[in-house]
Formats: sequence, C-alpha cells, structure tokens
Amino acid sequence: MRDEIQSYNLPDDCGHFGPYGGIFVAETLMEPLEALKAAYHRYMKDPEFLAELDHDLNHYVGRPSPIYHAERLSRELGGAQIYFKREDLNHTGAHKVNNTVGQALLAKRMGKRRVIAETGAGQHGVATATVAARLGMECVVYMGAVDVERQALNVFRMKLLGATVVAVDSGSKTLKDALNEAMRDWVTNVDETFYIIGTAAGPHPYPAMVRDFQAVIGREARGQMLGLAGRLPDALVACVGGGSNAIGLFYPFIEDRDIAMYGVEAAGDGIETGRHSAPLSAGRPGVLHGNRTYLMEDEDGEIIETHSISAGLDYPGVGPEHAWLKDSGRATYVSATDAEALEAFHILTRLEGIIPALESSHAVAYALKLAPTLSSDKIVLVNLSGRGDKDIHTIATREGIVL
Amino acid sequence: MSRLTSTFEALRQAQRKALIPFITAGDPEPGFTVPTMHAMAEAGADIIELGVPFSDPMADGPVIQKASERALVHHMSLRKTLDLVAEFRRTDQTTPVVLMGYLNPVECMGYQAFADRAKDAGVDGVLTVDMPPEEAGEFVPMLHRAGVDPIFLLAPNSSDARIERMAALGRGYLYYVSLKGVTGASHLDLGDVESKIAHIKSLTGLPIGVGFGVKNAEIAAAIGRFADAVVVGSALVEKIAAAQDRPEQARKDIADLLAAMRRALDS
Repeated sequence: MRDEIQSYNLPDDCGHFGPYGGIFVAETLMEPLEALKAAYHRYMKDPEFLAELDHDLNHYVGRPSPIYHAERLSRELGGAQIYFKREDLNHTGAHKVNNTVGQALLAKRMGKRRVIAETGAGQHGVATATVAARLGMECVVYMGAVDVERQALNVFRMKLLGATVVAVDSGSKTLKDALNEAMRDWVTNVDETFYIIGTAAGPHPYPAMVRDFQAVIGREARGQMLGLAGRLPDALVACVGGGSNAIGLFYPFIEDRDIAMYGVEAAGDGIETGRHSAPLSAGRPGVLHGNRTYLMEDEDGEIIETHSISAGLDYPGVGPEHAWLKDSGRATYVSATDAEALEAFHILTRLEGIIPALESSHAVAYALKLAPTLSSDKIVLVNLSGRGDKDIHTIATREGIVL
Repeated sequence: MSRLTSTFEALRQAQRKALIPFITAGDPEPGFTVPTMHAMAEAGADIIELGVPFSDPMADGPVIQKASERALVHHMSLRKTLDLVAEFRRTDQTTPVVLMGYLNPVECMGYQAFADRAKDAGVDGVLTVDMPPEEAGEFVPMLHRAGVDPIFLLAPNSSDARIERMAALGRGYLYYVSLKGVTGASHLDLGDVESKIAHIKSLTGLPIGVGFGVKNAEIAAAIGRFADAVVVGSALVEKIAAAQDRPEQARKDIADLLAAMRRALDS
C-alpha cells in the first residue's frame, strides 16, 4: 500500500511545497534535522521498520479504525450520506497516536532515550506519553498554562503515564508558546532528545513525515469506502489546526481530482471579530516555527493571539502543505465558529450516540452545512479525529453547568 | 569597506578584541534605547547588536524573551527599531550597529524594502536567527547590494561544509554560538570553544565573534584570548530587568559591566 505511485510528489528535497514549508531554524538544529531526514528516508523504505509499525498500529492502536455510515444524521439532514472515519476509537482517543507510534519507533532506531512534545488539547501529549511509557523513554511535554487549566483531565493522564508536564507561562500561554519552549528544550538537549512534533508543521522533514504517518487514515478509508459503499466519497471534510488529521485523510486522495476536500478552521467568535484561529481563511504567508505558511500576524509581523473554544485548534499557523493545497485550489478551506462547533457536538451526540472532540466538532459543523446542499446519492466522508471526553468540563462550564 | 570590516581591521592593527553588547530595542521602553547605545559605545563597545523584538523568540532564553515582551508592550517593531538606529546615527557615525532578530518581521516588511530601509537608517549588519543559508538565496544578495552585511550563526555541530558556505555568504563577522542551547545559558565549556574556534579559523578569514553564556569579565577575557569578538547579551539585559523603573541606574549598571569587560579584554 505504501508503494502506491503518487505523481503528486511534494515536498521537494528541502521540504518546499511551492513557496511554503522549508527549514527556518537556528543553526544548532540544522544537523539534527539532517540526521532525522536521513533516518526517516531510510526507515520508511525498511521492510522491518514498516512491519513493526503496522504491527503496533494494528495491535496497540487498534487499527484499522472503522468507517461508520451515520444513517440517522444523514436522514435528518435530508441530503448527502455522511460517513465518519472513526479515529476517535483509536487507543488514547484521537488520530494523534498514529504519528507518535511512528516517530517513537524512529526515535528508538536513532538511539534516543528521551522524547519531548508540545501539546494543545493534550491529545498529542497523551499519545506521546503513552508510547514513551511503552518504550521506557523519558518524556517531557510542554503545554501552555492556559491549556493546562482547560485540559486538566489530559494533564493528569500524562502524569499517570509517567511524563513530566511543563506549564508554559510565556506569550499567550497556549500551543504556539508550548512549541517555542519545546524547541528551546530540543536545542539544549539535542544529542539525546527526539522531538515528537504533533502536527504536520515545523521544519522539514516534520510536515512530510507526520503526513506520511497519518496517511494511514486516508489509505484505510479508500478501501473501506469501496467495500462499504462500492465507491469513493464525493467530498472529504476534516478540521484543521496544524492540520495533521486533515492531511492524513486528504493525502491519499489528492490525485482524485473529482473528490472535493474541505479543511475546516476554527472561526472562534467569528472571522469578522478577529478572535479566531483561522490563518488560511484570514491570515497571510510568513515564517514561524521552522516553516513558511499562512499565519495570523499584525502589520509588523508579530504573531497575534488566537482564540478557539477548542485548545487543539488554537494555533496561529497551519501546516505548509495546507497552505499549498489552498493556493493551488486543490482543497477548500472554510471555518466554523465556537457556537457552530458546539451545536454540532450536541447534534452528533444526540442523534448518533457519538461524543466528538471539540476539534472534530468543527468538521461535523461544516458537514451539517454541506450535506443538505447535495443529493442523497452523494457521500461526504468526515474525519472524526477524536473523542470528546476530554472536553466535557469545557462544555459544562460554557453552558453554566456545575459538575 | 563596510563599517564592520573597517572596525575589525582597526582592532586587528591595534591587537585588540571587539566587545559587542546586545540589548533589545525598546526594552524596557523606547526612550531607553538610544541613550544606552551611546553609553555602551562610551564604555568601550566596538559594535552594538540591537535585538528586534519578536512575539515568538524560539532561540532565546527567559531573560531575552522577557525583554521582547517588555518592548512589545510599547508596540516596538522592526520599523521603530530602524527609527532608533537612525536616531543613534545622528550623533554616532562610527560605531557599527547590527540588528539581530527573527525572520517574520522582515518577511512582513519585504526583503528589498527592509534592505533599503536598513541601509538608510545606518544599519551595518543583519543577523536573522531562523534563516539558514539554504533559505537565504533571495535575501542575502539584496543585503549585499544594499551594503548591509549578512551575519550568520555557527553552532558547535555545524559541519565544515556549512561553515564554508556561511563564510562565503557572510560579511563583517561570523557569530559562533558557544553552546547547544538558548541565549543566557550557563553551561559554557571554554576548552571546547577554543578548539572549535581554531578549527573555524582554518576554514575562513572572517573575524569570529563568540556569544551565548558570556556572563562576566573573566569569561569575556578568556574568550578574547582566542576569538576576535565577544558578544554579551543576557548579562546586560538582566541589568535592565533588575532596574526597570530606574533607567539611569540600569544604564549605569550596563556601562559598568561593559567597562569591566573592556578592561579585562585589553589587559
């Protein structure tokens, strides 16, 4: 399955997707990134490594994740048939673990005994702490102080798994600042440390490597849709923060030009209010965290604070491949507000008995708009990237309920 | 000959080493910067590095991160930093000024517009922390044409091929990062640095400055024995942090530390 010939062959050797991507880091990180690139290229062609990865994905993560036809929801909406790729059913509750299993195996091959990670909602932190526990590696997770507060459950999970969680108090105290602090740790402890970046962003080779580990989502979905519906879907929908679940679903479909791809950003209080996390919808190109991509910045190039009810989407940048897919017109980027995501959260919970993560609820929100515009013989495949248990407290607080 | 090159040439003839202080523009407020630049030149600085505040200073330790945050509270920016350099140039036409910062504010202004404005303001060199030579193909020739020296960072793990590449693109001097870490770190190994500088000098004729972890006059003097320039940043910025509401005191503390470093370097 991995030897599928793709004539779409980005990025180039230096990590460029058109003008986006690349390697924009301090000199000390150039050598470890070169070493990582070499290891990644070597092991992604190594049958033994790939067999171990497949084994772990099947027996530890629980892959393949099912595809579920949401018949009741589809009927209520009266349009296209909605199918969900159930990444929420993975071990640890989200798609993040596909990537951490892969990167941790790579870390082991490279002889690193310490892993670090940044996290927003805590899902990537949990997924990293999980694989570190299994492989007996030291694990340090950086998390914005604001996120530590709103994702207390995941913080406790990480600690139970033996990770050290460092609350980051600088800047806006959210995901971007956690990433800054993880980069500072990496540059200081570079010889023994492997930095497991959680999204398809950062300096090359991370965007390509994370995409390749997450592409299992789209590869499985192709086969499952053919088996279940007898054909491929007409549209794909996924939420986009950094964009790893979206690129994981989209990538194996990029050459199927007649399949529409929708990435859903977090519009927060509304794009027009400026309080959002939607750089593809309302930002412009710049350089942050090792890559050139769309950013939310002020007129002087300072990064501005973002807002989303969902900690996992609360980030001012986006993976560079999404920037390229936007400019090339291959994918369409839309947005959903906090309120729309919350409404979608409740609808999915009540109609299908699936409690989605707030991040994934943004994708659901757009699917609720899209499906009624299409006829009932069309298929919309939504990536349900994570489960919502971690968000129960946020939702209760927002709705004035004391648990 | 650029102001940086002639400064190093004069120092070489006098058998002296360059002292290069760093402060962040607009820290703790914009009015502090220019008088402090003059005070540093008077205390023995040969070249001044001026940090351009950035919201996400990934390569900086807590001391310089906080300096950026203090400056950004006053809406300091790349444009305003250039204004401060122009103001400094009105009364000092000899001390070279190097801007040190991150790429995004420069991208936002536009490479050519920045090169032109930097030249007009009297900037002599530009050090962009997160722009390695691989990504600098468009920007560096613009700086060369504007007569502004691009300055590259070398690290303990830079390969010979990379050192040679940066030596070919760089002008003025090369900045050797003395340790794997962020600014203001405290695990400097002088023996390591000395042998690495000797090796770098076998590959390039450009002057070599050493920074990261230079905390006091003793370390400065030790580095001056084998490098061409000593860069001191966090140790000065700490003086600002400690006396934010007493600018005269902060300025005096900075000048005193620099004067002590100057004496140690010259003895």
